[in-house]
Amino acid sequence: MKWLSGAILAVMMVGGAQADTIVATGDLGLVVERASGSLLLVDQSERAAISRIEGLGDLSHASLVYSPDQRFAYVFGRDGGLTKVDLVEQKVVDRVVQAGNAIGGAISDDGTLVAVSNYEPGGVRIFDADTLAMIADIPTDSKTIGLVDAPGRKFVFTLWDEGETWIADLSSGTVEINKIKDMGTNPYDALITGDGRVYITGLFGEDGLTALDLWEEDPKPIRVLPEYGRGQKELPVYKMPHLEGWARAGREFVLPAVGHHQVLWVDESSLAETGRTDTYGQPVFAMARPDGRQVWVNFAHPLNDTIQVIDTPTKEVVHEFKPGPAILHMEFTPRGHEVWVSVRDAGKVMIYDTRTFEKLGEIDAESPSGIFFTSRAHKTGL
Amino acid sequence: MRKLLAILFLFATPSLAEEVSEPDKLVNLVHQDCGSCHGLTLKGGLGPDIRPESLSHYDIDTLSTVVLDGVPGTAMPPWRPLMSEADAKKIAEYLLQGDLK
Repeated sequence: MKWLSGAILAVMMVGGAQADTIVATGDLGLVVERASGSLLLVDQSERAAISRIEGLGDLSHASLVYSPDQRFAYVFGRDGGLTKVDLVEQKVVDRVVQAGNAIGGAISDDGTLVAVSNYEPGGVRIFDADTLAMIADIPTDSKTIGLVDAPGRKFVFTLWDEGETWIADLSSGTVEINKIKDMGTNPYDALITGDGRVYITGLFGEDGLTALDLWEEDPKPIRVLPEYGRGQKELPVYKMPHLEGWARAGREFVLPAVGHHQVLWVDESSLAETGRTDTYGQPVFAMARPDGRQVWVNFAHPLNDTIQVIDTPTKEVVHEFKPGPAILHMEFTPRGHEVWVSVRDAGKVMIYDTRTFEKLGEIDAESPSGIFFTSRAHKTGL
Repeated sequence: MRKLLAILFLFATPSLAEEVSEPDKLVNLVHQDCGSCHGLTLKGGLGPDIRPESLSHYDIDTLSTVVLDGVPGTAMPPWRPLMSEADAKKIAEYLLQGDLK
């Protein structure tokens, strides 16, 4: 398969007759339909749905990662289900219920290991990507959040209750764990930069974020923006922000504040504050377009009908619009010319040009949440 | 902040007048928005399990106060800015009984 480099040759049954059909998956994607436990297979170039794949259990807060050949998706359901989906055959090929309550996962850089982060029982479990057989169990006695892959067959994750980050190294075949204490109070999510160097966890229990430089032999917690909310009244948080590997905008990182209606900018090398942008509500996602030139922000309930677009050089909001009720996620096309937006209560995925902000199309979906293009297969941390 | 309050009042006016919202609307709010932390099926996430069997030690009044004022020192926010006391009571009733008439 490797020689096809992303394109997949498959023999499929068409109308009862056997035909050789080439299915290229490089511009496909999956949309999580959270209430119905299904996935919508979409074609980014056609701006259309191809088919619906059902039987994935409870998909509230579900996410997924892709195999390196972009043929398979590994879907992490809230019910602890780990489901392997074949995009070419458009069906579920394997499924295990590996815990009672899960919160996302990651795939190793070599594509051979899939890790799942669990709330109940708290910890991380690691599975063979081919067979879904469990090959490692790492209990933490804490809810785990912010699980990402890191270069060198590593996974990095953080403990909500304990405020520790663990680096699990599977490069030798056995699991070696480096535990880093004092990451802060109640880390709620984390991201790793696309180069695999910086891991940043956001804190709910105190102001600020904590970074680790994974290039160091023994990474030490680096406080980022401590006391960023000082002197401001803290506002209720009706939905936790999400951190994903879209934080780099130019030479800065852009990060959502917690309890304040702002996004925060820090210099990528010094991690010192470079600015703040006041926003319409509590940011949930603050996502840099792939080129970094813009940052798109959506918001927590009850202000979740609006998107703001921030211009990176000036850090000013240059566009604001209301696609519809309950905007849960945004996904850029790989080079950023379009953004796909899931509007849950409208039952639509809406597609916009990121330069003109013109609406280019929409796709019907049942309570859509996360949108995942297969281009994520080739990005660390996604 | 001032802008936000103005917007909130705009949306919240009917419920602040102590009218009880439609049951379907409240049930949807519980699963979709409480569900952000407690899970779509309410069995827990970053926040605890809030299915009826897990809340049996609460009475309606105590539980509706938790909804309205939150739990200080935890991630549970006060919902008072967004809902009436009557709606909070209805939500407490739904959480304890598992359905709403």
